[in-house]
Amino acid sequence: MEFFFEVLIGGLLAGVMYSLVAIGFVLIYKASGVFNFAQGAMVLFAALTFVSLLERGFPFAWAFIATLASMVVLALLVEKMVLRPLVNRPPIILFMATLGLSYMIEGLAQFLWGAQVHGLELGIADEPLEIRGMLLSQFDLFAAGTAATLVIALSLLFNKTRVGLSLRAVADDPLASLAVGIRLPRIWALVWAVAGFVGLVAGLLWGARLGVQFSLSLVVLKALPVLIIGGFSSIGGAIVGGLIIGAAEKLAEIYLGPIIGSGIENWVPYVLALLFLLVRPAGLFGERAIERV
Amino acid sequence: MSATTESVLLRLDDISLSFKGVKAITSISFAVKTGEICALIGPNGAGKSSLLNVINGVYQAQSGSFSYAGQTRRRMRPHQAAERGIARTFQNIALFKGMSVLDNVLTGRNLKRRSSWVEQMLRLGRAPREDDEQRRHAEKVIEFLRIHPWRHVLVGKLPYGLQKRVELARALAAEPKLLLLDEPMAGMNAEEKGEMSQFIRDINREFGTTVVLIEHDIGVVMGLCDHVVVLDYGRKIGDGTPEQVRANPEVIAAYLGTRRTRTERH
Repeated sequence: MEFFFEVLIGGLLAGVMYSLVAIGFVLIYKASGVFNFAQGAMVLFAALTFVSLLERGFPFAWAFIATLASMVVLALLVEKMVLRPLVNRPPIILFMATLGLSYMIEGLAQFLWGAQVHGLELGIADEPLEIRGMLLSQFDLFAAGTAATLVIALSLLFNKTRVGLSLRAVADDPLASLAVGIRLPRIWALVWAVAGFVGLVAGLLWGARLGVQFSLSLVVLKALPVLIIGGFSSIGGAIVGGLIIGAAEKLAEIYLGPIIGSGIENWVPYVLALLFLLVRPAGLFGERAIERV
Repeated sequence: MSATTESVLLRLDDISLSFKGVKAITSISFAVKTGEICALIGPNGAGKSSLLNVINGVYQAQSGSFSYAGQTRRRMRPHQAAERGIARTFQNIALFKGMSVLDNVLTGRNLKRRSSWVEQMLRLGRAPREDDEQRRHAEKVIEFLRIHPWRHVLVGKLPYGLQKRVELARALAAEPKLLLLDEPMAGMNAEEKGEMSQFIRDINREFGTTVVLIEHDIGVVMGLCDHVVVLDYGRKIGDGTPEQVRANPEVIAAYLGTRRTRTERH
């Protein structure tokens, strides 16, 4: 039984790492109804910039601030050069634009910092910690704590502030937002900047785990089932979705692996996502559109 | 139409607008006095909505200028219009359907908040008092338009007539000087139209809000408005009090009169 909980909690903690990536998607989806394919590239760009600055002798804090600044600049550029010219186009057009954008950002990252693999040390011991007889990864606990802080801050931002109300308004009806005096370009730039910040945090944690390399942009693929389960428009959903995926894949690997063959943790999340698509297409917390006919 | 300059809130001067060569509005000029209810009437496609969109900055006129509250400019952006007290509603309701009635009305007060986002997040400093103020004012508007039984209902679930009223409430929450209403009574029955007219009249009287509205129901327009501007094919063909407009032969021919009355006359 203890072993079961150890696997479960390990899975939940690993799931938080997926949630971190998924939150970046949710932010942009909430504010503009666009699935931002470039989120993975942003994660990579942030991690690569940070680690390269660190290797060039920047102190940790300065490297963080400089990377954050570059993410904000990136957000402003995206708003000016991609979103503004494509305003009022169907979501599929915007999606295609983010697809192109992801290659641009990856190319830019490679152009600036080269293509080699970097190790990233955040100074958190990756030794298991023994709590009540269960072995838990310190690093995962740290990641979970970071994610929790991030989620609390974001939900305060969304629910308590003028900016948050504007954000929800823009997501709901851009034309009506104009009429109440909301500046769409500013809100879009802001959302992309916040998504960039989330990407930076995710990039650091994933980079520390896997090494900073180009396959880092593929973590988006793990975020997909999380989004399908949690719903594309809910930050809480991204967390719950991540937890479900994390726990399910680890438990499946341990308990089903011996029966149907090991290595199943790579595809279990997608099967789960498929099941959810059949039963609850909007996800657990997604907003179902209110349609009047 | 001898409005003195100080009592004029909005003056359009030779405004023209075209979309890729198709003329929507051709050199239109008129003035709206502070405190009046002005109607824009005219057949479909006459350029009425386009004109409202020019006034609140959604479209930019190719030529001409307009002055609002004493300032003349070529163009105002939508957020500048909102900041300077122009609020509007749309022909096809533009509400935040996934938000409650109260939240919708609160977005109308978004520009009134002065505390920073840090204060708002942590409920420090000016934020809590400001929140209460915004909320109280929103509630007042909601009660004024008698939509309080639905204040926590998602707007998308409300019937059409109520949505129209919520949209009006959101515009009113901004405490506008100038209220632009694009067909506030479209699709309503006689009773609902009467109610909406009464609300518009009350807003005009109680808050001194200047109103420019588009309406097709001539009966309603004549009963409600102080000033009527008639458009046809993007041109102004009539401008005056309801009585003057009703007597204008060009207006009768283009809009009010039917073909039969025209042939009878000739």
